[in-house]
This record gives sequence, structure tokens and C-alpha cells, in this order.
Amino acid sequence: MRGKTDCSNYIKLEFPSKSANEHFARSAVAAFAAQLDPTMDELGDVKTAVSEAVTNAIVHAYPEEMGLVFLRARIIHGDTLELTIKDRGRGIPDVKQAMEPLYSTGGEDRSGMGFTIMESFMDKLQVRSRPGKGTTVTMKRQIRRRR
Amino acid sequence: MMNVLSAYREGRLTIYLHGELDHHEVRESMAAIDRLLDTYLPRDCVLDLTDLRFMDSSGIALILRLYRRMKERSGRAWIENARQQPLRVIDASGIERLVRVTAGEEARP
Repeated sequence: MRGKTDCSNYIKLEFPSKSANEHFARSAVAAFAAQLDPTMDELGDVKTAVSEAVTNAIVHAYPEEMGLVFLRARIIHGDTLELTIKDRGRGIPDVKQAMEPLYSTGGEDRSGMGFTIMESFMDKLQVRSRPGKGTTVTMKRQIRRRR
Repeated sequence: MMNVLSAYREGRLTIYLHGELDHHEVRESMAAIDRLLDTYLPRDCVLDLTDLRFMDSSGIALILRLYRRMKERSGRAWIENARQQPLRVIDASGIERLVRVTAGEEARP
């Protein structure tokens, strides 16, 4: 959808594709999301999804060189956390295949479950990629108001 | 930060994971577990997640590797005391079909 989205707050982070930043990225998003008063489960789900998306960028977008990872977190429609994780890496030739459970081009330390987890923990997941140009992952999760 | 601790008794090796398990930490944790399995050659291996505060799909890769290594030598492996967040990742992955998982007190309904 084009046009203005009603966004009440946001953060933007940029960091090199070092794995030490995975912890930082999910903690920063969790701290930002705290203003929506999420439950422990909601917060855990969001942190996990961030960890998966950022790890993908670090492992797959920039397999041999360092590159930049861009993360934006926004609060939209008053109650929804929208996350965008973007890289300018080598891209995914076949997004549909990459999103299949257990599909992995990583080594023995990867499970191939990253996209499956992002999909099941977030309400919406969109992956856009252009080989040689980079990948953008957008995820949304509504944080329900507690009584 | 991740810490891998262990206790061995009568054929059973218990491995305790402390901290947060992600892609940054998983390789070292896997190597530590490999060394423990090679040292003790246990019949049973329990992965105790009482103090694992967070894991992502890297944890699934670690659990699958442990499961495969134990199965290779006809041993058994299972998971105990998983907290709520690791439990949700385990649920989403479907690995309970291979590995028995029990939840920690905090995660029980």
C-alpha cells in the first residue's frame, strides 16, 4: 500500500554485518517495543523474529565480506510493530524456495527454520529480494491491548 | 554470552545451557557439546534449558546435532526445563517429533 502510513514513533539502526550485533539488534527492538506494553510472549516472539532476520542478513547477504544491515522499527496504527530489515547484499535468487521449511544454504550450524519462525511469530511477513542488489524483510505484529 | 556446563552420572550426561543462544554463540556451544560427548560417551544425554533465557533457530540446529550424534551411537537425548520463549521456538520447529521436550515450571500452564 502506498501513501502515508500512520506512524507514531520509530527507530532506525545501521550496523555492520557482525554476528555480535544480533544480540544488540533484538534487544534494541525489544526496548523500543516496550512502549506498546507487550506480554512476555509477544516480546519473545518479536525478539526471535528480529534475531532470525538479522542473522539471515549477516550469514546470507554478506557471506564473504562485511556489509551494512539497516533495521527500522515503527509503531503504526497505534498498536502494531512494523520491522524492516534491509541489506545491500547478494540477494536471494528464489525467495519462495528460501522460505520453505528446512531449506538452507548455510552450514551445519543453521537449521533452515529462520523464515518458518518469522512467519509463525509475526502476523505478516514480506520478503523482497533482487539478486546482486539486496533483500528487504518487512514484518508486522499487532500488540494487543491488555485490560 | 553463553555458558555450557555439564554433570555426568552413571551413563547420563546432563548439559546445562546458560544465557542466550543465537548464531553468534552457536558454533562454540556446539563444539563444547561435541567435546563433552567425546569425553563421556554417555548412554543418555539431557539438555537442561533452565537457564537458557533466549534461543532462535540456531538452538534448533544445536538440538538436532545433539540428537543425531546420540542416535549415531544408539543413545538417547531429550530436553528438560525449557522456558517459555525457547519452548515457542521448539514448538514452531516441530522437533518434538524427534526429541522429547519438557517445559520448565515458569512455562507450564
